[in-house]
Amino acid sequence: MGLKDFIDKIKERRKLKIEEGSWVKCEKCKTLLYIEDLIKNLKICPHCGYTFRMSAKERVDLLLDKVYTYDLFPKIVPVDPLNFKDTKRYKDRLKESKEKTGLNDAIIIANGLIYDREVVIAAMDFEFMGGSMGSVVGAKFVRGVEYSIQKKIPFISVAASGGARMQESILSLMQMAKTAIAIDRLNKNGILYISILTDPTMGGVSASFAFLGDIIIAEPESLIGFAGPRVIEQTIRQQLPEGFQRAEFLLEKGQIDMVVDRKNLKKTVYTLIKHTHG
Amino acid sequence: MDLEKEIANLSDQIELLRERIKRGEHKLINELVELRKKFKKLSKKRMETLSAWDRVQIARHSKRPHTIDYIKNIFTDFIELHGDRRFGDDKAIIAGFANFEGKPVCVIGHEKGRDTKEKIERNFGMPHPEGYRKAIRVMKLAEKFRRPVFTFIDTPGAYPGIGAEERGQSQAIAESLMVMGSLRTPIIATVIGEGGSGGALALGVADRILMLENAIYSVISPEGCAAILYKSAEAAPIAAENLKITAKDLLELGVIDCIVREPLGGAHLQPKKMYRLLKRALRNTLKQIENIDPDTLVELRQRKFYSMGRFAER
Repeated sequence: MGLKDFIDKIKERRKLKIEEGSWVKCEKCKTLLYIEDLIKNLKICPHCGYTFRMSAKERVDLLLDKVYTYDLFPKIVPVDPLNFKDTKRYKDRLKESKEKTGLNDAIIIANGLIYDREVVIAAMDFEFMGGSMGSVVGAKFVRGVEYSIQKKIPFISVAASGGARMQESILSLMQMAKTAIAIDRLNKNGILYISILTDPTMGGVSASFAFLGDIIIAEPESLIGFAGPRVIEQTIRQQLPEGFQRAEFLLEKGQIDMVVDRKNLKKTVYTLIKHTHG
Repeated sequence: MDLEKEIANLSDQIELLRERIKRGEHKLINELVELRKKFKKLSKKRMETLSAWDRVQIARHSKRPHTIDYIKNIFTDFIELHGDRRFGDDKAIIAGFANFEGKPVCVIGHEKGRDTKEKIERNFGMPHPEGYRKAIRVMKLAEKFRRPVFTFIDTPGAYPGIGAEERGQSQAIAESLMVMGSLRTPIIATVIGEGGSGGALALGVADRILMLENAIYSVISPEGCAAILYKSAEAAPIAAENLKITAKDLLELGVIDCIVREPLGGAHLQPKKMYRLLKRALRNTLKQIENIDPDTLVELRQRKFYSMGRFAER
């Protein structure tokens, strides 16, 4: 065994340990947290309230009391329409993300009950290529919308995305128009659309369906905006104000309806459904 | 470059022949037809050999006609409308009523500005939320009076700034997409220069999407993509190639409906010819859709965008 192999092995073992394991460091207050406790606490740091990211499935579990299905459209899978390659091939990036998350792409369309009310939930997964929106995200989102129109049940989206997926270039951009049109269809059919923005909701996702909710709810401290903070900083050549593009900042600027933490999210959504859908 | 020279030569010869024919030398017509055929063939070859990065340079050329030039030369009686009725007037987007070949229409487009002072005033064609909200307002006026809408796309992208974010850049763009997606009057969009991401698409949800031969349209600038994915600014030409941003690429991907030919070497070399070519294309396009009833029009437009994207279904 060469030295490099030896180091790799150690690294691998360490990684495994962290995964099985037991402890994770809070990114904000740096406290070591026992993973089981963290999950029980809805992935919120019990010490400082820092909100860890959730996977799409965890989102569905958080919001639904009874899950009918985690994904109504599992057969829709990505292709590599442009045969795109940067430092890595797009095909390989897809494969890696699939292995990492167990998902076909960055969104699942679940349905089930919140207490006694059936809903459709489009939940994004940031771990799948930064939650970027390409053809599959657009297609599944639109199918989810059509399903909720057909069944006359509320539609809820949970955004977690860096924006449009560059590897599908212009086709990704067009998903913005596609999903915006789907929301127009919800409106015309009188279906409630609640948009939940989580960390992060940026770019092409922010500037399409995410900001078209009848009601827009954000999770505490989530980064939400069109342009990324670094791009803005480079453009205007000055430091950004404290808390810029965070959920609380957007609330103050009148861009969203409310900031709601995970513990109260389901209840809030349920009450809104009762207020709007009879 | 040799090809370029040959084409320029041919173009001169054709001009000469034309003048002689005009003066009465009708026998030369056959020769003219031959030369034109050859010209067409070579131009086509040239069009195919230009790299995506070449086209980026042409699309951003400092002398390339802008929205304001097309308005002046294709439309008459333009009345510009200002302001979003909420915060301000964004000069990066021009909007108003005009006349197109005797028909009342609405025109909306990004404007980059020509000289330094104007460029700064117009923020280099990078809109703030107010620009999109003004566009939405004018689109709704167009709907109210059943006027067709012509949009002209030419922007590096929506402006990345503090004020833009505070006042809801995302919301403004998203709303524009939704309003265009359901507007009960014909919309024709033309990408005339740079189609930069969401800021471009916000004027691009149309029944027909035209694109000038050397225009580009992309989810991110080649420079931005190079920095993020290739981790190197020098990779911009490669990124441009791989992102498939040219008119030909976009036609193949089903994102645009038609490529509008530019004068040889680009619109900036013969702007008058460009105005004629685009005017003709707009006239023909309008004819295809102006008589469709609003319900059908909206349904067709929504279906058009619903069908965009490529994926597999197992």
